[in-house]
Amino acid sequence: MIRWIRQQLGFDPPHQSDTRTVYIANKFPQHGHYIPQRFADNRIISSKYTIWNFIPKNLFEQFRRIANFYFLIIFLVQVSPDTPTSPITSGLPLFFVITVTAIKQGYEDWLRHKADNEVNGAPVFVVRSGSLVQTRSKNIRVGDIVRVAKDETFPADLVLLSSDRAEGTCHITTTSLDGETNLKTHYSVPETAVSQSVSRLESLQAVVECQQPEADLYRYHSQSDHPNPPHTLGPENLLLRGARLKNTKEIFGVAVYTGMESKMALNYKCKSQKRSAVEKSMNTFLIIYLGILLFEAILSTILKYAWQAENKWDEPFYNQKTDQERNSSQILKFISDFLAFLVLYNFIIPISLYVTVEMQKFLGSFFIGWDLDLYHEESDQKAQVNTSDLNEELGQVEYVFTDKTGTLTENEMQFRECSINGIKYQEINGKLIPEGMTEDSPDGAEEELFLKAVSLCHTVQISYDQVDGPGDPFSHANGFSPQMEYYASSPDEKALVEATKRMGVTFIGSHGEIMEIKTFGKAEKYKLLHVLEFDADRRRMSVILQKPSGEKVLFTKGAESAVLPYSTSGEIDKTRVHVDEFALKGLRTLVVACRHFSADEYQEVDRRLHEARTALQQREERLVEVFNFIEKDLELLGATGVEDKLQDKVQETIESLRLAGIKVWVLTGDKHETAVSVSLSCGHFHRTMNILELVKQKSDSECAEQLRRLARRYNTSAHPFCETPSPLYTLFRSESHFTQHGLVVDGASLSLALREHEKLFMEVCKNCSAVLCCRMAPLQKAKVVRLLKTSPEKPITLAIGDGANDVSMIQEAHVGIGIMGKEGRQAVRNSDYAIARFKFLAKLLLVHGHFYYIRIATLVQYFFYKNVCFITPQFLYQFFSWMSNIVYLTLYNICFTSLPILVYSLFEQLVHPHVLQSKPALYRDISKNSLLSFKTFLYWTFLGFCHAFIFFFGSYTLMGEDTTLMGNGQMFGNWTFGTLVFTVMVITVTLKLALETHFWTWMNHFVTWGSIAFYFIFSLFYGGIIWPFLHTQDMYFIFVQLLSSGSAWFAIFIIVITCLFPDVIKKVFYRHLQPTSTQKSQVSVRLPPQTLQL
Amino acid sequence: IMASSYGAKEEDGHHPGSAGLGGAAIRTKKPDNTAFKQQRLPAWQPILTAGTVLPAFFIIGLIFIPIGIGLYVTSNNIKEFELDYTGTDMSSPCFNCSQSWNSTNTCKCELFFSLDQPFESNVFMYYGLSNFYQNHRRYVKSRDDSQLNGDERSLKEPSKECEPYRTNENKPIAPCGAIANSMFNDTLDLFYIDPNGKKRPISLTKKGIAWWTDKHVKFRNPGGSNSNLTTVFKDTAKPVNWHKPVYELDVDIENNGFINEDFIVWMRTAALPTFRKLYRIIQKNNDMTPTLPRGNYSLAVTYNYPVRSFEGRKRMILSTISWMGGKNPFLGIAYITVGSICFFLGVVLLFIHHKYGNRNNSSDIAS
Repeated sequence: MIRWIRQQLGFDPPHQSDTRTVYIANKFPQHGHYIPQRFADNRIISSKYTIWNFIPKNLFEQFRRIANFYFLIIFLVQVSPDTPTSPITSGLPLFFVITVTAIKQGYEDWLRHKADNEVNGAPVFVVRSGSLVQTRSKNIRVGDIVRVAKDETFPADLVLLSSDRAEGTCHITTTSLDGETNLKTHYSVPETAVSQSVSRLESLQAVVECQQPEADLYRYHSQSDHPNPPHTLGPENLLLRGARLKNTKEIFGVAVYTGMESKMALNYKCKSQKRSAVEKSMNTFLIIYLGILLFEAILSTILKYAWQAENKWDEPFYNQKTDQERNSSQILKFISDFLAFLVLYNFIIPISLYVTVEMQKFLGSFFIGWDLDLYHEESDQKAQVNTSDLNEELGQVEYVFTDKTGTLTENEMQFRECSINGIKYQEINGKLIPEGMTEDSPDGAEEELFLKAVSLCHTVQISYDQVDGPGDPFSHANGFSPQMEYYASSPDEKALVEATKRMGVTFIGSHGEIMEIKTFGKAEKYKLLHVLEFDADRRRMSVILQKPSGEKVLFTKGAESAVLPYSTSGEIDKTRVHVDEFALKGLRTLVVACRHFSADEYQEVDRRLHEARTALQQREERLVEVFNFIEKDLELLGATGVEDKLQDKVQETIESLRLAGIKVWVLTGDKHETAVSVSLSCGHFHRTMNILELVKQKSDSECAEQLRRLARRYNTSAHPFCETPSPLYTLFRSESHFTQHGLVVDGASLSLALREHEKLFMEVCKNCSAVLCCRMAPLQKAKVVRLLKTSPEKPITLAIGDGANDVSMIQEAHVGIGIMGKEGRQAVRNSDYAIARFKFLAKLLLVHGHFYYIRIATLVQYFFYKNVCFITPQFLYQFFSWMSNIVYLTLYNICFTSLPILVYSLFEQLVHPHVLQSKPALYRDISKNSLLSFKTFLYWTFLGFCHAFIFFFGSYTLMGEDTTLMGNGQMFGNWTFGTLVFTVMVITVTLKLALETHFWTWMNHFVTWGSIAFYFIFSLFYGGIIWPFLHTQDMYFIFVQLLSSGSAWFAIFIIVITCLFPDVIKKVFYRHLQPTSTQKSQVSVRLPPQTLQL
Repeated sequence: IMASSYGAKEEDGHHPGSAGLGGAAIRTKKPDNTAFKQQRLPAWQPILTAGTVLPAFFIIGLIFIPIGIGLYVTSNNIKEFELDYTGTDMSSPCFNCSQSWNSTNTCKCELFFSLDQPFESNVFMYYGLSNFYQNHRRYVKSRDDSQLNGDERSLKEPSKECEPYRTNENKPIAPCGAIANSMFNDTLDLFYIDPNGKKRPISLTKKGIAWWTDKHVKFRNPGGSNSNLTTVFKDTAKPVNWHKPVYELDVDIENNGFINEDFIVWMRTAALPTFRKLYRIIQKNNDMTPTLPRGNYSLAVTYNYPVRSFEGRKRMILSTISWMGGKNPFLGIAYITVGSICFFLGVVLLFIHHKYGNRNNSSDIAS
């Protein structure tokens, strides 16, 4: 289905076949049947609009939002004649909102257009008809041979044909694609590698057969029919669009996927819109208010007709209808009356709410970036806000999913210990010192072999900083330039290679198939025969090398669980013990082994490898098979322990999150023991915690059994009297002093548990205060997040991570936080918020989250309250007939009452930030969207209605007594009545907010008193002049007359006070009888101790 | 104790900017350490506790109760007399007039009443209508303020809002609209019947019944200084229901045309269907006798205004006035009630404050 839609939308062209055939340089066969295939051109389109469709498309998109659509309808109704308010009242704000949004989106799209044009128009060199032609990037067609020079990005997905190097390799970085910063080597087929010039490329006749475009960055296989024999191409031959050429002067490649079919474009995913819980409850409230609105409108209409049934009321002699009114049809009139009431009451759902919320979010989010406490001095990075839509969600988090490496830890690997041949060594000052033994020098040969293995078995690249052009790395190698720097895809490898360098076995570089190391000053060259790449399932990598002596040897390095079972000789048991010891210290361990091949064995290995690599079908499966065949009968050399330092204050942060009622889950790709030890050291697991394990489950039933066992164990130990623990109990329990539980799950067991026993698993998880998932694949991380997110309680989740492997989890969670770490900026770019260190999370959630939540919650509630106050008197007046004043209607939400709430929602601080941070438990006060619960919503609405009734009936009783209110006996009219209600309303509504405000900065004072003053000044001004261009002068001097009446002043005071004092009483009673912990902490902070002497 | 205080903000613990590094060239992304950006603006942080609001409630109570009593007494001292002269009742002298209404014949009736108490000072005479929806939307809109402000163009071409009272026989109506058209046109005259049975007319002032700004700014006759209103209004038609054109409302040039005060008063539409409008003022005498002494009076009504069709009532009201207006016990009662409640709540709060207030605070400090 999705595929169909995508095809219709033009994302995927309909696939005619499973493969596409690319004729290099578009030299199609002259004979034979050839069906030309159609490929997309190389134009990248990331923009959404064109000049022509911008207005209709953008409007359509905008009016798809329910609120906008609603306001559009109201506007259209107002345009129709005979409505009490002019269309301007809702048209203007709507127009404003729509225009601002359109301008913003248009600007963003313009930027995208600019970027697209830049990309599409970038000059590229293409080989056409025997010469190098400069053209624009968008003109590249599939089959073109493209030349790319150093430090340029690839304009399309290219298959590498040749580079300026003899062996046809080149280095690229894929930072912009997957965030990996290391240099990667890509290869060309030997037959084409010689075609290093345009003229020689001209004579090249070849065909590439490859799959249809797909998004997976790491999967590619195809076959190149260079006359004969066919070569298999893999990801190592493919240069992806968006990657950058490094350390290589120039390369030639043939375009296989272009434009929107390139892997980068296919991976380009629109970030789905995340919506906050507050927004969701806001929508619920909106619907309720829509109901109230409809009810009021219908009631008014019905009452009107009931009242009009008699002619004497419908059309008394003093108030005749026009002929047109008299003749229009009853039904039409009924509808138009209904619409008129709808329009009159529509202010109950204020468009300004949306404007204010947007403004509050946008402006409020600056405070995160400005916060010095979230600024990291060393890396000079401040917190970054990518979406301001989720500010308040930071105050609602219930689950935190955190990555370990780079998030909890520094991701700065430091080699610490190793075990060689059953003896443990520690690195001290660049020397390996055996543990327990004194100056006893280690066995030279074994140590050397181990170090050599470590320094050879890797995919580390070397970059020479000052070198211009790659040239020959060996020319510098002899000088051993200090600028030499290692680049590795995993920081472990880098740490290991650097460690061996310190110990005297230096990896100098690889040149083609030659790897050179310097062992204690003596250079040795190894021929690299094969690399058995690392993959997440095998969890090991190997190299097959030819020693200088001609012997062929395999070095393997990998997780202990992936290497030890295949080892047959060496100190296996001792090493295993050592590895466990390393893991307990929180070190990341790798096991190193080797295997010597006899000539025959190597022949066999070589043949099978070649077969598997050239296989067109099931190549991956066959490769795995061959790898397993090769990586066996290993001789164990030893193990390494690399330390990943914990970040600053991780323990404190996790502890405060826990106190705040947030459950912390650590999701890591690391191995079980390491993960547990890091968990312990960072305080995620306590020593006192009862640790449940769900690891190494092989089968479904076994897993289920284990889960049930865990659940039982949990129930008996924690709650002997409760058979079925309800979530409520869980909540209490986590606060009580029962034994706390921690759960360890590994990836494999997790996938089993998730497949069949999701419920049981969730049950166990919920009862554990800390969960650790190890050996997790990126997608599994996202799956866990989704599982929690969609569980019946619908908790708010937060994911925090630093690497490309955390992106899926970051995007999945309600709030995604990126750590600006060492693993590129992929996570940061996909996150909603980015911070430099894990410890900042505490302030971000406990202080900023708390503030934002309280601010926005009050903002939303107050807006509804204020509009109930506003509209209900109008509704009540319908019983006595009413004309509303357009100017006041419009200005109410915009000028008189909007600024105080905006300022409130930007600056309010219920409690001092230090208190929030030092008492994380306060976070629980706002959990579960408690300030926007239905109860509080009802309270505010009820309050609004009450106040409205008091305004209206207060004024009504005053005026309805039918006596003059002025000292000169003159009478007031309907406009004065309206103005009195309105004045009381503005004052009350503003003061109500003042009662809510706990933090009075000069700005609050300014806008609060300023709003009231502005109302008075505006009214005086507005009523003080006969407005030349207005038809009616209804408001002329009304306000002055009102204020000249002493009774009116007395009435204003009494009404305002009557409205507000019950609210004050309610607040005081609650504070004293049922204080929340937030309120308690307010008092304790505010009251200096000596005042308690009273 | 005051739970609120100006939060003495801690001295900032951060070193300002990167100035310490000495090198101005070093540009860091470090946020500025300003009170605004760090959300450390000095602020007053009031907290509503029993202790804080207690005094407020007592003060409100102590202020409101006397005010309420004052207002109530003031209101009670005001004398008011109301007389319904609609004539729905067979026994009413105006019964005939109310039944047989036609626009040509003027019908007169006279009602007798007596005042039990003398009315001191200025007495204000109102007419009151009920069931009259002057606040109906269609009605309220049906006027042209430009025309009433003396705009010549609007005089010739009244606003569309005036429909169906905009033109008559192809002539623009002046003043146009439903409000003007339905202007109250009963004439009320008051007589004092002295103890020996002689009817003495009471002089009624018809100036000062409209708002000063209405009379002098909002309403203006067209034609500027042209004092001959007949020529000014010559191309216009009178409102359909009127007996005489607008320029014949009064002989006094200062009270004629659009600036006729009765007209202006009528044009100020009432808020509620039962309303009263100021009709005349009875100025107090200079001597010591009350303005309206105790005794018998008669009200002579020129019965023009029909209210039977909408079941309306017509009243004549005589009232004295204080600085706060007419008789209105509501404010006094409200002040007394709210004041008492506040005082009572203050007592409750005092109790709460003693029972809970200290406990809360101390327990929290201890924690």
